[in-house]
Order: sequence, then C-alpha cells, then structure tokens
Amino acid sequence: LAPWVPVVGLEIHAQISSNSKLFSGSQVQFAAPPNSLVSFFDASLPGTLPVLNRRCVEAAVMTGLALNCSINKKSLFDRKHYFYADLPAGYQITQQRVPIAVNGSLSYSLCIDNKMSQMVTKTVRIKQIQLEQDSGKSLHDDTRSQTLVDLNRAGVGLMEVVMEPDMCCGEEAAAAVRELQLILQTLGSSQAVMAEGQLRVDANVSVHHPGEPYGVRTEVKNINSVRFLAKAVDYEIQRQIEELEKGGTILNETRAFDSKLGCTVPMRDKEGKQDYRFMPEPNLPPLILYDAKSLPANLNHQQVVNIDWIHERLPDLPSVKREKLVEWYGILPEHSFTLLNEDGLTEFFENVVKQTQMKPKKVIGWILNDLLSYLKQHSLTVKESPVSSFLLADLLNLLEKKEISATAAKQVLAELWKGEGKTPLEIVKEKKLELLQDQKELEQICQAVIDGQENE
Amino acid sequence: QASAALKEGHATPTELCQRCLSLIKSTKFLNAYITVAEETALKQAEESEKRYRRGQPLGVLDGIPIAVKDNFNTAGIETTCASNMLKGYISPYNATVVQKLLDQGAVLLGKTNLDEFAMGSGSTDGVFGPVRNPWSYSRQYKEKSAPKSHSEDEESNWVITGGSSGGSAAAVSSFTCFAALGSDTGGSTRNPAAHCGVVGLKPTYGLISRHGLIPLVNSMDVPGILTRCVDDAAVVLGSLAGHDPKDSTTIQDNFKPFELPDLTDVSKLSIGIPKEYHAPGLSSEILALWSKATDLFKNAGAKVIEVSLPHTRYSIVCYHVLCTAEVASNMARFDGLEYGHRSDMNKSTESMYAATRREGFNDVVRGRILSGNYFLLKQNYENYFIKAQKVRRLIANDFVKVFGSGVDILLTPTTLSDAVPYTEFIKEDNRTRSAQDDILTQAANMAGLPAINVPTGLSERGLPVGLQFIGRSFQEKQLLTVAKWFEKQVKFPMIQLEIKRHDHNAFQHQKSAFFS
Repeated sequence: LAPWVPVVGLEIHAQISSNSKLFSGSQVQFAAPPNSLVSFFDASLPGTLPVLNRRCVEAAVMTGLALNCSINKKSLFDRKHYFYADLPAGYQITQQRVPIAVNGSLSYSLCIDNKMSQMVTKTVRIKQIQLEQDSGKSLHDDTRSQTLVDLNRAGVGLMEVVMEPDMCCGEEAAAAVRELQLILQTLGSSQAVMAEGQLRVDANVSVHHPGEPYGVRTEVKNINSVRFLAKAVDYEIQRQIEELEKGGTILNETRAFDSKLGCTVPMRDKEGKQDYRFMPEPNLPPLILYDAKSLPANLNHQQVVNIDWIHERLPDLPSVKREKLVEWYGILPEHSFTLLNEDGLTEFFENVVKQTQMKPKKVIGWILNDLLSYLKQHSLTVKESPVSSFLLADLLNLLEKKEISATAAKQVLAELWKGEGKTPLEIVKEKKLELLQDQKELEQICQAVIDGQENE
Repeated sequence: QASAALKEGHATPTELCQRCLSLIKSTKFLNAYITVAEETALKQAEESEKRYRRGQPLGVLDGIPIAVKDNFNTAGIETTCASNMLKGYISPYNATVVQKLLDQGAVLLGKTNLDEFAMGSGSTDGVFGPVRNPWSYSRQYKEKSAPKSHSEDEESNWVITGGSSGGSAAAVSSFTCFAALGSDTGGSTRNPAAHCGVVGLKPTYGLISRHGLIPLVNSMDVPGILTRCVDDAAVVLGSLAGHDPKDSTTIQDNFKPFELPDLTDVSKLSIGIPKEYHAPGLSSEILALWSKATDLFKNAGAKVIEVSLPHTRYSIVCYHVLCTAEVASNMARFDGLEYGHRSDMNKSTESMYAATRREGFNDVVRGRILSGNYFLLKQNYENYFIKAQKVRRLIANDFVKVFGSGVDILLTPTTLSDAVPYTEFIKEDNRTRSAQDDILTQAANMAGLPAINVPTGLSERGLPVGLQFIGRSFQEKQLLTVAKWFEKQVKFPMIQLEIKRHDHNAFQHQKSAFFS
C-alpha cells in the first residue's frame, strides 16, 4: 500500500489581552453578565463608527515580531459580510487584503520518543497575522425554539495567526500551538487560555501520496484544548486515509471535533460556498506604522506606533529563556521545556536554586520527578503547591549537608505534602531520619545488631 | 440677525421658539417635519433665555431654532430615516454635529423629512409621505401658474423640494427654523437647496464628523448645512467643523472658525466653467442664468475660463456601483435583532431576518441592496467595484488638474431645471430620477470637495433656481467668501408665502415681521 503524507495547517484566533475592544471602548472581560459589556458600536446602532484601539495594534506588532514576520507599515481593513445572530452589523471588520504582519516562522520542539530524552526542532511558516473583530456568542435553545445572543464578546480584538500546512500530525500541531501559547503569554499580547476561548484553533487536514498534489482538505473546529487538538488531527488523518483506501472521496467540508467520542463529525450545512463580498472598510483609513527611520519629527507620538520601539522592548521569548536556563544551570534542553511548560515552575526552580547549595543539575531532578509528578497526580498547579520553594530548598540543604539520605529525603517530602506546617528539620527529628555521621556510633550499632543475631 | 436680536433683547429665545413652533403647525401641509420636539425645544429655549438674562449666551447660536434631518441620531427623540425599519427608534446618543449645536445653545425644533434612508432626489420616497416645496404656496409661483380658481388645483400643482434633504430645505425656506442640518452624498443638500431657494453647503469630506449620521455611503456622506444666507452657513460651519476622535475619517488638523470677509474686489479670482456641466437635459433657463452669472464675474474683473472635467460623464455609473455596494453593506445591520422593526416571523433566524428586511425597507432601498451585493460578489468585484474605484480616482484627478492650473472656484448649475410638480416627478422611478438629477452634484462627492448652492433667481414659473460653486479641498473660507459676494450681487428675492395661520386670516411673511 502506498504511503500517505498527511498535511496539517492551522488557523489560530488569539484574543488580544487589552482593556477595551478593538474598535470600541467597552471593556474586555471573561464571564461577565450577558450583554453588560456592549457599547453602541458593538450593538451596531446605526451611525456608530469604529475607532482603532492602539493597544491591539501594538499587541499584533509584538506578536508579529516575535514570530519573525515582516510588519506591513501600511495595512488595510475590510468588511467580511455574512448574516448571523452573533454578528450585529452583518459584517466583520478584518484584514483580508493587506494584513498587519506576513511571512514569519515559529520553531517548536518535539520529543523523538516518549521519554523526553531526544528533542528535535521543527519550524512552521507563519503566513500572516491579521487583526479582526470577535463575534458575540449565541446559544441555541432548541426546547424553546429560540436563540439567546450575548454580545459581550462582539468586537473584542483578535489576532488571526495562519500557519502554513507544514505540519504532519497531531503531535506537531499540538507542539506548535503550545509554543505559540507560551510566546503569546510571554509577550502578554494574549492570555491564550484555550479553555476560556482566548485561543481557538481550527485545523486544516488533508492527505496525499508522495509526489501527487495535495488532497482535498477538511477544516476541523470545536477543539478546546491542546490535547484534543492532537487527537482531532490524528483522528481526521486516519479517517481520511481509511475513506480514501475504501475508494471513497473527501469532501471539502467543515467538521466538528466531538471530544466525548474522540472523532470528527460534519458540521455546517453549507449549500455551496459562502461569498463574503469583501469590501474595504470605508470608515478606517489605512493603518500606518512607523519605524525609527520613517518616523516624522512633528507627529504626536501618542498617535503613532513605532515598530522599532516595540522591538526594543520585547521580552525574552521562550526559546531564549530555555537557552539561558540550559546555559546558566547546566540542565538538559528537555528539562528547560518542561520548566517553561508549567506555569510558575521556572520561577519555583530558580527560587529553590537560590536558596540551596545543591547543584541545579541535581535540583532539577527533584523539581521534575518529585514535585511535578506529585502536582500532576493531585491536579494542582505550581501556585497551589503545599510545598513552597523555601521548604524544598530547606530539605535539599539537609540532603546536601549529608544530614539525611536520599531515601530519607523522599520520606520527608512525602510528609511535607501533607502541608501540616512542619519544617523538614522537624520532620527529620520526629521520624528519627537523621544520618549518623559518627563512625564510632555506627560501629556500635552494627556491633549491636551482630550481637543480637548471634543471640538468636 | 436673529442672534443679534436675541442679544439685544429685542426678542427672547422662547418667543422665537414659539413662533417657529406655531409656524410649523401652520405649515404642516408641507410635511417637512417627521417629529416636532415641542417640549424639549421649549425647555432648551427657556435655558437659553436664562443665559441671555445673565448676559452669558454660549455664542451666536444660543437660542436659535434649528431642525435636523431625520437620519441624524438625536438622543431621546425618534430617529426614523423615514423608514419602517426605524419607526419608533429612539437613539440613546446624539450625533456629534447635533451635540455640538446643542452645546452652543441651539434649540432643536424637530427632525425633518427625507427620502427613505436618504436614497432619492425628491424627498418623495419616505414612509411619511413626500415633502412639499414651500414655493408651491408662494405668490411668485401662483402668479406664474396658469390661472385656476379651484383650490383643488393648488393641491395637485405643488412642486417637489428635491432631495433627499427636502424636509430640511423646506423648513429653512418656510422660516420655521433658522438653519437645518441635511446630509449630502450625491447632492442631497444642494439639490433641495436649489429647488427651495436656500443656501445649501456641502463641506469637504473629513471636515465635519459623521459620527451619528446614519450612513448611506460612508466614503461620500457629509453632514450638510442649509440656511437662508451664506453668512449663516459660515456660522454653522464654524460650530461644527473639526476633528472628532469618534470619527476616524475626520482630519486631525485644527480647524479655525472664520468670519467671512466682505469681498469687494474679485479681480484676483479665477472662475472655472466646466464645459461638461452643460449636461443633456439642462433647461435653457438655467443655462441662461449660468451665463449671466459668468458675465457678472467677468464684468467685475474676475478671470473666467472654460475648463474641462472629462470624466464627468462616467460619474453616474461609477456612483451607482460604489453607492449601492456601500448601501448593501451598511444596511446589513438592519436585521430586527438589536433595534428597529422586527417581523413576527419566527420560524428561524434567517426567516426573521428576511421578513424584517422585506417589511422594513421600501423598494428603493431593497433595489440598491440587491445591486450592491451583486457588485460585491467575488466574481464581479474586480470588474465593478475596483473599476469604479479607479474611475472615481480619475474623476477626482480631473478636479486636481483644474485647480492646479490656477482656477480658484468652479461655477456650475446645481440642477437641470426648476422644481417639477410632484405628479410629474413620480412618473419616473427613483433610480431614473436620481441618475438624472445627481449629474451636476455627484462629482463633488466623488472627489470629496466642498460645494455650495446659492439661490440665484426665479424661473419662468416663479420657482427658485440656484447655481453651484465648487471649491478646493478644505478651502471653505474662499468658497464661502465668493459665494457671499455672488449672493450680494444677485439679490435673490424673498419667498412670499401665502398660508393661513391659526390666529390670522392670511399671513404674508416678511423677515422683519419676526421681530416686530
């Protein structure tokens, strides 16, 4: 049987972390009472006009720079028309013709095997990043034959990040998205929490035989976590392969991922394709960005976004942070990945290192093997850890000073998890876990044991 | 003048307001007003009066009664756009221009009638019925019309105001207010101004905020100013112009309100006469008037030269494509969900939308939406929309070339003829009419240039005819200065309205009568 080459591309919508919406002054807030964050413009009251939010532009520029994109010094806004209850104006303002950033790349890493002992770096090309409005939410109440519309989310700023179909499987897609999440969170341009709808991922999946043109692709939506993304993509690849091997065809359709069943099902009933009748947004002049060279002297700097200024202030991206961790602490690259992957873990690790004489190379073992597995077992975040970095450092110091053995340390740690407020030293004393250093004492004990044996 | 009278105490704002309200009642048959905000107007007048008594009026407009076209949002006062879609719609906010007028102490008498959603050139296609030109009831018109003894014929003989800001033009023309706001997308302020014998100013695009003006074509709409004289237009302009952060298409530069100088020497002026504006269908009367006007400038020493705007004849189709495309887009929000009319049809969201829009919009609106959507289809976009944008650029460049060659102002007719009787007007459909009537005014909207109608003379039928001046971008001061000079020269006659008032038998209106 000829091999199949799966092709995966992603369209990611990241909600911009800002105080107000993309084109209006109403607040951006998760889970507020329905329709409590809706301005006249968001409700599409006639006569209202869009006013661009500077912070959203900066967020998009930051993200573009972090993803190695070219930032378009002139980008345009367009209207994308369709009728839907959660789209009050009957159109979405987006950037179809000339988006704010193009031609970037994202590097991400994968483990070759499951043991995280060998990592390989891959790159996915970023086609573009565009600014656009989020829609409201509609809840369909079939029992009462009604639709409930909440416009709180309508108009919130989104960055749509388009990743080219350079990925080949669920694992790659998941790793790429995870890295994007970390980048966005580091920049602060989006909180990127999938569960809260701040990061939405649609996957475009197709399969073909090597040497042949790309196959028909389907779009998979309704993916609510990175884990489900991997599942959904892999399922869809498999489904397409099976279908084609049966002699069937793949429809260019949109499918929804059903997380309970672990499969994709056909979604929208599209009678033919939608024509969005794109038209330039006449109420917004072209968005002009400047850099140090092109910045006119007399412009009010409040009115201007300077790309170079933003570039200078970019924080260390995850890849840089990992390199630094490896360099400074002598830990393995795969360790640095795990550190960054868990919210707050890097900080915890660094705090322990600061407070202990134990070498970081050894500390990392305790962090990743003991601390992290415990947290995972109990579904706790680092912030919720009953063992603070101070306590752990304390414990590790005892170990380092050879006052206790490694086995004893593990026992103490087990006690510490109970969170009863005892210090490691107290537990050691309580359980008499001290290491005996005194040679003479040891000899006496051994002798006693031997004597005891002889007596039997 | 009214302002001076208020300041000097010859009249009070409440008196002024009451007279206007009373006159509105007497001229109800004109159908110029959709909503009369009597209570709030009187309150505003009272407040103004208090300020005058304290000697602290807010400015020249304090206490001056004004009217606003019903496509501007007015908080607490119904805004309908003369459409079933917005019948009963009470906006929660004021359009920026309305707010500015109120902040200056102006008294908002009410909302004026228009063609539905400002689509039309007659003010005949709104759900509240057509607006009648006050000149239909003028002695000047009656004297010239074929002698009839029955009042019935007076009824059927009335002429249109032009449109789409017909209500505003009629309101100013019949003295029910001192200034009115209209809108101008293809000529909607200048056209009715010409037919009603008032000054109609279309400012440069980007000078006055559109925030709160319910849009027809976002890239061409401007708020328009209708007044009885050019000086008044300059005053109103001064209070409205300037950057509005709520409208991203307004210019950032600071606007400095100006006083119009009394021009005496026009010898340094260069007036351009675009030959393409000798359009097919232009009445010989208007042609003659235009010619007389050019002679006037020549004799006063101005340089008058014939110029060419070669792409003028493409402006109608170009406008049609761009206008309908934007209309289709702008009207997409009217779905009955958040505000406005909502159909009882509730089988599904789609069917509710469809029924709501069918019930809420008239044929004109629906026709434009259909056309617009057609032009925006992916397969048509390049051939229609993009092409039209390119033609628009060519039209705008025509003006740039002409103004760049040393011409200061262009002088053209505003309309093809004087106002036609309603019965005749409705023989042709809205689209045909609009296409015909907009030819002389549209191009200024395409190019975003300022233009003004100045009432010039009376036609043989005793109806007003106006001429249009088109100026350079943001050169309103020059435009209005020349217009004022011209106004002084032509001495357009005052309308002699013959209407019955409640309290008098017959009433012949004279300006000074207001203050006696």
